[in-house]
Amino acid sequence: MKIGVYVCECGSNIASTVDVDKIVEEAKDLPNVAVSRVYKYMCSDPGQELIKNDIDEYDLDKIVVAACSPRMHEATFRSVLEDKGLNPYVLEIVNIREHVSWVNSDKDKGTEKSMALLTGAVHRSALMKPLERKKVGVIHTALVIGGGIAGIQAALDIANMGYKTTLVEKTSSIGGKMSQLDKTFPTLDCSQCILSPKMVEVNRHPNIKLLSLSEVVAVDGYVGNFKVKIKRNPRYVIEDKCTLCGDCLPVCPVIAHDEYNQGFSPRKAIYISYPQAIPASFIINPDDCLGIDPLICTKCKEVCGPEAIDFDMQPEIIEEEFGAIIVATGFAPYPIENIGEYGYGTIHDVISGLDYERIVSASGPTEGKILRPSDGKIPETVVFIHCAGSRDPSKHLPYCSKICCMYSTKHALQYKHIVHNGTAINFYIDIRTAGKDYEEFYQRAAEEDKVIYIRGKVSEVLKDGNQILIKGVDTLSGETVELHADMVVLATGITPSEGTKEMASLMNLAVDINGFIREAHPKLKPIDTAIAGIFIAGTATGPKDIPDTVSQASGAASKACGILSQDELEIEATVAIVDDSLCRGCGMCAEACPYSAIEMQVINQYGHSTRIAYVNEAMCKGCGSCAAACLNGAINQLGYTDSQILALISALGGD
Amino acid sequence: MSYEYIKIGSEEKAFIAKVEEISGQNVYSCYQCGKCSAGCAFSYKMDKTVNQFIHLIQLGQKERTLDANTHWICASCFTCTVRCPREIDVAALMEAVREISLRENPEKVRIADLPKESLEKLPNIALVSNFRKKTG
Repeated sequence: MKIGVYVCECGSNIASTVDVDKIVEEAKDLPNVAVSRVYKYMCSDPGQELIKNDIDEYDLDKIVVAACSPRMHEATFRSVLEDKGLNPYVLEIVNIREHVSWVNSDKDKGTEKSMALLTGAVHRSALMKPLERKKVGVIHTALVIGGGIAGIQAALDIANMGYKTTLVEKTSSIGGKMSQLDKTFPTLDCSQCILSPKMVEVNRHPNIKLLSLSEVVAVDGYVGNFKVKIKRNPRYVIEDKCTLCGDCLPVCPVIAHDEYNQGFSPRKAIYISYPQAIPASFIINPDDCLGIDPLICTKCKEVCGPEAIDFDMQPEIIEEEFGAIIVATGFAPYPIENIGEYGYGTIHDVISGLDYERIVSASGPTEGKILRPSDGKIPETVVFIHCAGSRDPSKHLPYCSKICCMYSTKHALQYKHIVHNGTAINFYIDIRTAGKDYEEFYQRAAEEDKVIYIRGKVSEVLKDGNQILIKGVDTLSGETVELHADMVVLATGITPSEGTKEMASLMNLAVDINGFIREAHPKLKPIDTAIAGIFIAGTATGPKDIPDTVSQASGAASKACGILSQDELEIEATVAIVDDSLCRGCGMCAEACPYSAIEMQVINQYGHSTRIAYVNEAMCKGCGSCAAACLNGAINQLGYTDSQILALISALGGD
Repeated sequence: MSYEYIKIGSEEKAFIAKVEEISGQNVYSCYQCGKCSAGCAFSYKMDKTVNQFIHLIQLGQKERTLDANTHWICASCFTCTVRCPREIDVAALMEAVREISLRENPEKVRIADLPKESLEKLPNIALVSNFRKKTG
């Protein structure tokens, strides 16, 4: 056996605190080492060539590289081995950068530790065996969860690339939060006008199957082969038959709050959430309707010409298989009634940002006139309070919700466009306009539309007669400000939606401290999750504006198609294997497995039925938890077998 | 603002450390939103608003901090503490500055010398703070 040892200086990253020349010399005396070299940047092309030449010249069969973390360049050096016809799994990487030089300033100790790690690696390397990557088939269909703008964009992109896509939406229509917005910053184009063409396209696209009123209830399987159960709730109106004629509306005796208009207008128990809704069909809300038990009321059914109403619809469970999943489950506004001092829910004319969107919208309850909720009068002074819930780690949200500076600026500007003589005041802490044309939009609001900006967080909002008293401060002049307003709009922060939380727990996706789904890497893998084949898009991962959401959705679609376009996928060879003769069927490995890759099976062994562990290699991530948990030593992780690890430990310990 | 004003040398650092030691607060948690000043019932009496006062502490401006009347006007009602989004106990900062002021100049006010009428008008907190200087 011939082992080649390669030590990287990583510029001065490693060489400054590790005597690389010394460990290269000492490594020459280790067992089986045929050649030992140092190079400034081993990952560079000349560095790789160095290894390749040595493989030919010295006829090497194992390689040990002492450099940075294998997370950085394991793939690079594995491909070097493959190029030279060696198995990529006989490569061992010793991390002397993150584990030694970056965390240590004493050169002698750094050198000593590096040498110890290198010695262990060489001993382990001698026991390493070639491994084969297995292949699994791929289902060429994608699942997109969530029908907001992120889900719509992702589904359209996948469908346009030629793959079948199922789009699952919890509510009666796709469109999400964007459908409730009036205009969008910084261009002030109408939200519905830019959204509805995409919604129509979803509806008409031959590659998209839209499941509204549906929820994902179970996800099993692995990349390329997810098995998903979807629960479809009844609409009580047959989508294909409903012609939207509206004959049912005048006869329905029930009046409820219209959720689409944030409760500011009434709707019937049978309704369509808004005119452009997709699927274009009425729905009966079973919580409001008297007649799901038809003895009480069947008025809508009696007048429905196309006979579209069916009170007997039942929830159904659909089971399907998908190759990739995109989670686009969106956000929920922060419950601002929690901020007691701002009076939301107790003072009638204190409203949320989303409430304001409906009030200012031409399709909203006031048909675009800005009228305050308490008495329907035009407010002469409107105060917009930024950071309502955001940037408040003591009681509310610790993070910046990113979009509120811009939408409050937009709100104030819209108010000035409609109520020319009115006064619009923004109380802010910092104005954050990091987006294309955002700063210009903010300047326009101040310069042209005379929106007033006061730097200081409002302390309290109180009712004073039919007006509202705002107690604030102008930190720039150092004076307190008390003023009366007719309406207050709170710039509500963003939190992960219930759907986002449910999907994260259902699929075992990691979440951050605030409940948003965590990216596989915050910078370099912002669309991947820790689970292969599951991608994320939009506000499910954190606050985002529409352009960022759409870009991320397209990115997720492209990532998903990278899987769907394969006929088979190679899976990592460093998986767990079970020695059937040693396994006693206790199931501790299955419990220890964080990826649900192990299940207990009953097999016939020498005429007896015995329970043993079975590893699904496609789901196994090679973490080694099962191998550590197994009391009998029946599970070994390929590439990290007990004998290899013991060789490494004994080399570290000296004997 | 002169260059000297933003110099944070050993004197400035010592003052910041003292305020932080007495109050148990990190003065750099403050991001100057102004909610403390906005909610303070006595802001109009203060020559530096509460957030300006904290900013002076952040810059280690001992003299300017002690010269302000902010910490003496403060009634320790805790509105600022309760509302601070960054969980700073602002009232504790005020108390810390009062302590520093009194420890350095214990004879600033001699209660025995005050006329009875003045004593009756003084808020309790002022008297308590004044006596506390004796505790070191």
